[in-house]
Amino acid sequence: MKQYLKNTWEAISTVLVGMIITLKHLFVPSVTIQYPEVKVQLPDRARNRLYVNIDDCIGCDQCARACPVSCISIETVKGMPTEDLGKTSNGKKKALWVTKFDIDIAKCCFCSLCTYPCPTECIKMTDVYEFSEYERSNLLYQFSTLTEDEVSQKKENFAKMEAEKAAQKAAAAAAPKAAAKPAPAPAAAEAPKTDTENKQ
Amino acid sequence: MYNLLNNLIGNEYVAAVIAAALPLFVFILPFALAAVLLERKVSAFMQDRLGPNRTGYRGLLQTVADILKLIQKEDITATDADKKLFNLAPVLVFAGSYAAFAAIPFSGAYIGSNIDLGMFFILAISSIVVAGILMGGWASNNKYSLLGAMRSAAQIISYEIPTALVVLSLVLVTGTLSLSKISEQQTAYFWNWNILGGAGLGFSKLLLIPFMIVGFVIIYISTLAEVNRTPFDIPEAESELVAGFHTEYSGMKFAMFFLAEYANMFAVSAIVATLFFGGYQSPFGYLGNTLHISWLVPLEQFFWFTVKGMFFVLVQMWLRWTLPRLRVDQLMTVCWKYLIPYAFVNLIIVGLITLL
Repeated sequence: MKQYLKNTWEAISTVLVGMIITLKHLFVPSVTIQYPEVKVQLPDRARNRLYVNIDDCIGCDQCARACPVSCISIETVKGMPTEDLGKTSNGKKKALWVTKFDIDIAKCCFCSLCTYPCPTECIKMTDVYEFSEYERSNLLYQFSTLTEDEVSQKKENFAKMEAEKAAQKAAAAAAPKAAAKPAPAPAAAEAPKTDTENKQ
Repeated sequence: MYNLLNNLIGNEYVAAVIAAALPLFVFILPFALAAVLLERKVSAFMQDRLGPNRTGYRGLLQTVADILKLIQKEDITATDADKKLFNLAPVLVFAGSYAAFAAIPFSGAYIGSNIDLGMFFILAISSIVVAGILMGGWASNNKYSLLGAMRSAAQIISYEIPTALVVLSLVLVTGTLSLSKISEQQTAYFWNWNILGGAGLGFSKLLLIPFMIVGFVIIYISTLAEVNRTPFDIPEAESELVAGFHTEYSGMKFAMFFLAEYANMFAVSAIVATLFFGGYQSPFGYLGNTLHISWLVPLEQFFWFTVKGMFFVLVQMWLRWTLPRLRVDQLMTVCWKYLIPYAFVNLIIVGLITLL
């Protein structure tokens, strides 16, 4: 009988305790963040979408080598010695044309390992995290600003320069043997250049 | 109301149909729309969430949108279901809960059917709901539905006993089963309410108060169980039985179960309010009486009735979002080992006090 009354009392009192708690929560402001309209401030080192400031990129390829999933692919072409490629924001002189800087963000594992070795801090994590796409190909981000014509022109320039250099080398090599001989015709120099390049 | 309509229209069948449909369209449907939204909002606020706030201004049109969606939905009947019973069940459940509204006095001027055995009628007619639920669960040909229906039948039939016992003890005090008379007895001010010992004066009124409070608590708990609300929602226990007896229902049939649940919620709240809290009577007298505007009084009465009913509906929601569901054996323990003995003792004591 004592237990019976105790049970009754406990039931009523504990229900009341619970009801008071829920009543208090009725007046507690909601903790909901209405996501698309309100966004939470991300932590300082949040890792989201990668961004490359191509103006600062010197094409050193260190980020691509650091990437554990090989999602970065970089191609560069050497600039001509006469060309001025400009300087990076921290004062480094650029020597390479970055003809291709692709990041396949679909492969990216957001480890942020690419951002650490970058000498100019041009590849970095942004706070953009809403970039879903219907096509996977849309997730291949191309950061290089050079057009295709420009790229082919740079390549041509470089090839020409190489050819000239090779020709000079060939000339220099040939000079001691036959110093009296006249310099070879430019058309003839074209052929050995390709040979030397292939050997290299 | 029927007489008024009969005089107005002159055709007694049309008048009867209108009088019967009036509470449904004027009261129950808007109430259900509001209550569903309220339930979701209250639950959200109690859990520090926001609740629906996209449809309409702050989500006010959410339930309207839900109803429109339910109307458009395909009406699926499972292949192996017993089609006749399956289709009859939601109608029966809704009819059972709707019939209870016939005897509930909304105000001094409007009561569907002013019968002398009003309270008895409500107790009797609300048992039809059990038949409907059992029918739906059986006809669905689904183990979860059947389990839910059987639990529901056991629960509702068990909990009718404490309800009836408390009603009986109240009848000892009021001396009538007519809900409109019970309401009239508690007129004027709130100290005439039955929870505070009724309209009489003297020592017995003071003596009655604690037992009336006990009676109120018992009837509130048992009616809560009768309408299958949490913490007594084992017939539709989501985590155990999918959705209980209405697992197989969709579209409008499901909406009818839903409507019946909310109609029931208000019906039992209204009964509790009528029995213990003065029904449609205002706690502080009427503005219409002091201003001598006679037509204002029934409106005020309707207002107070709605306020009291809504208050108890709110408490039901409050309880729902506070307490976890009881186990089946606990449910039976609460009823048979606790509520019924207490209700019996309460009945005897109230009887002795009224003899004094």
